[in-house]
Amino acid sequence: MRVLMFGWEFPPHISGGLGTACYGLTRGLSQIPGLQVLFVVPKAYGDEDQSGMRLVGANQIPVRHRQLELKYSNQSLDYIEVGSRLIPYMDPEEFWKQTRVEKAKQIEALNINSEGKVEFSGKYGASLMREIRDYALVANVIAQDYAFDLIHAHDWLAYPAGIAAKEATGKPLVVHVHATDFDRSGGSVNPAVYEIEKKGMDAADMVITVSNLTRKIVIEKYGISADKVVTVYNAVEPVETIRSKQFKKGVNEKIVTFLGRITMQKGPEYFIEAAHRVLRKMDNVRFVMAGSGDMMEKMIRRAAQLKISDKFHFTGFLRGEDVFEMLAMSDLYVMPSVSEPFGISPLEAMQSNVPVLISHQSGVAEILTYAIKTNFWDVDAMADAIYGALNYPGMSEMFVSHGKKEVDSLKWENSALHVKKVYDMAISRCSC
Amino acid sequence: MKTICFYFQVHQPFRFRRYRFFDIGNDHYYYDDYTNESIMNKVASKCYLPANKLLLKMLKAHKGKFKVSFSISGLAIEQFKLYAPEVLESFKALADTGHVEFLSETYSHSLVSLKDEEAFRSQVEAHASLVESHFGVRPSVFRNTELIYSDQMGEMIANMGFKAMLTEGAKHILGWKSPNFLYCNAINPRLKVLLKNYKLSDDIAFRFGNRQWCEWPLTATKFVNWIVKLDQREEVVNLFMDYETFGEHQDKSTGIFDFLESIPVEVLKHHGLSFSTPSEVATKLQPVAPVSVPHPISWADEERDLTAWLGNEMQQEAFNKLYSLLPKIKQCSDSKILKDWDFLQCSDHFYYMCTKFFSDGDVHAYFNPYETPYEAFINYMNVLSDFSIRLNASVPESNLDKELANLTVLLEEKNARIKKMEDEIKKLRKRRVPAKKTAVAKSSKA
Repeated sequence: MRVLMFGWEFPPHISGGLGTACYGLTRGLSQIPGLQVLFVVPKAYGDEDQSGMRLVGANQIPVRHRQLELKYSNQSLDYIEVGSRLIPYMDPEEFWKQTRVEKAKQIEALNINSEGKVEFSGKYGASLMREIRDYALVANVIAQDYAFDLIHAHDWLAYPAGIAAKEATGKPLVVHVHATDFDRSGGSVNPAVYEIEKKGMDAADMVITVSNLTRKIVIEKYGISADKVVTVYNAVEPVETIRSKQFKKGVNEKIVTFLGRITMQKGPEYFIEAAHRVLRKMDNVRFVMAGSGDMMEKMIRRAAQLKISDKFHFTGFLRGEDVFEMLAMSDLYVMPSVSEPFGISPLEAMQSNVPVLISHQSGVAEILTYAIKTNFWDVDAMADAIYGALNYPGMSEMFVSHGKKEVDSLKWENSALHVKKVYDMAISRCSC
Repeated sequence: MKTICFYFQVHQPFRFRRYRFFDIGNDHYYYDDYTNESIMNKVASKCYLPANKLLLKMLKAHKGKFKVSFSISGLAIEQFKLYAPEVLESFKALADTGHVEFLSETYSHSLVSLKDEEAFRSQVEAHASLVESHFGVRPSVFRNTELIYSDQMGEMIANMGFKAMLTEGAKHILGWKSPNFLYCNAINPRLKVLLKNYKLSDDIAFRFGNRQWCEWPLTATKFVNWIVKLDQREEVVNLFMDYETFGEHQDKSTGIFDFLESIPVEVLKHHGLSFSTPSEVATKLQPVAPVSVPHPISWADEERDLTAWLGNEMQQEAFNKLYSLLPKIKQCSDSKILKDWDFLQCSDHFYYMCTKFFSDGDVHAYFNPYETPYEAFINYMNVLSDFSIRLNASVPESNLDKELANLTVLLEEKNARIKKMEDEIKKLRKRRVPAKKTAVAKSSKA
């Protein structure tokens, strides 16, 4: 079976969990005999790990090739006519001039996407929407160039691409919901994004969600019939080598870490409030908020207001080694997400032998037993749990030893087998 | 008769390097040597050296009729010593003419006057000694960091033995009154207060090179004419500005140096005009009225208040956290820690955290090593965290450590007593040994 997969990012160029999950899943799928994955991202940099799949950058499509495809394939332009007012009244020559400008903008659009949440008020939004349409257009071309049996699209940015490929070839489509706009926006959904998400799920033969939490949202808020939606939990890449380098912890104090985008979805303000409560009871602890995001400045001000800035640190966005160093220094990892479809990062913390505190509102809470769980809004309970984990070593020791085993049992191979089953279902649904 | 009083501010902070959370506890060096040295070298070659050379020439040429005053912060002097000793030499040459007055300020260019009188005094003392050791005269006139002034501060300064203090002629303080007179402190009238004429000062400092300004180009003749046209009864024109105005803020190409050189030539053409140093102004003139400043003012920004340093919650938090360490600093004797303490207090660190982007953003961005005020705050707090860990380690923590220290003293005393007693026992035993032996011998025989 050959799978044409549309994503939006791929390691090492990632801005969040989506890229990591796509990578893990493709790796897992490549273990299955007879299964081949062709992964499409909007821009391939050339240094991605290509073992197990072929990577096609959407802007590596040759120019002439693309023009030809467009010329004789009127049918494939249908969708695009609906999607964009720019294209139908242009001849291909003009369209190419247009898209060439677009491509220059592409990097900009990706950068904006790296914030996770997209603001659709200004010109950015418009250019991103055009970017998505452009991606779909290219997907159409790719779909006709390569032979495959099934289309798999990751998250809303790639849904239009998936739909375009399905319309061009009639092959079954599986959409993979890593997050919905209800998670990202905290309820104030952007109608344009919702529309794309809904269209994608409607067009799909099967929908994969990363947790039952997300599955419920997909069924209830997007009106997708329950038998079409299947939960496949994410997993985590095993840590390959034991790090020989010992990171020196400079302070003789406990460290509690929040690691993630500082956006509404991740609940950073609840972490600060809990930190404030803990600091009233104990002194030998420091809190670290690692990451960046649109709420960072507000959070810095809040910490200053609470007068805890000497114990509450911001590191900015961390990369590679710094992430491991941060985890190695941590005594507790906190993820107070308001709405987290899955959340791979606590698993990574557990791999590094750090006990975790997660909110009930995260998908990963459904599969973890050895983690402290509270409601994101219950800052008192969160403070209580943080205090307990730091002061009663018995609890964190238990979480560390059992948690490690628990995480190690979550393998992408298992998730991939599950996904394969969904593929089979999609093919049978499509053909009948 | 009118007299013109020039005062130039010379200050450079020790800017911090990017100090990350991971450095806390591991690395105790906070400074960006490269940036500090390169900024110092740049400003020295563009401003300090050429301007000092020019002033020396002018002072000699006018034979005591032209006078200026400087305030050089302790941190600036330290940086001269480190990176540009020739600048310090050129200031000494100016001092040797005898027509230059050096003013007193806080060693660290700090805001400590708002927090603690004792620490304030010691910083002023430290600076005065430094100035005396380099320029041979102990200052008698005080100017606070950024010309910050209030009635209480003035009283504090008067009690420390200064005869005059400089501050901003802020509009909201003066109202209808003119800054061109000598005033006195509202609490202690013996302290004279010199007020900056901000209109004429800023014409030079901010507007000189601005081609959009309706008065551009500003010539010395025109400028002196403005002074001549002032009200006949007015007595003093205080022109206070950053020394970096000459060659740095206003580039050489604007003609600022030629302007400066022509000023005394033009002024001395008029019989009614002269130059004075601040202390001469304070002795020669009579104060016309007390000036009432219940809340601190400064020379910064449109508001002329403290909001440039303590306006937002981040600045207040950093400022309060810094000075919460004061009690421990007073007990600390580690010279390295005390040196860092001097550098940490510098007002510039708080200035970088200012969020008043719209009104005076461009002034705040000057020499600012940070992209955003938030970055400045994070960096400062990281440095402060490491600093307080070091301070805590060097000064024993209050109760528990004190008790421990007391107990060790007690233990040592007791050990000494036990030793003394043991020695005594030994001595006694030695004496008794022969007797004992005989006793043993007797018993065995029996």
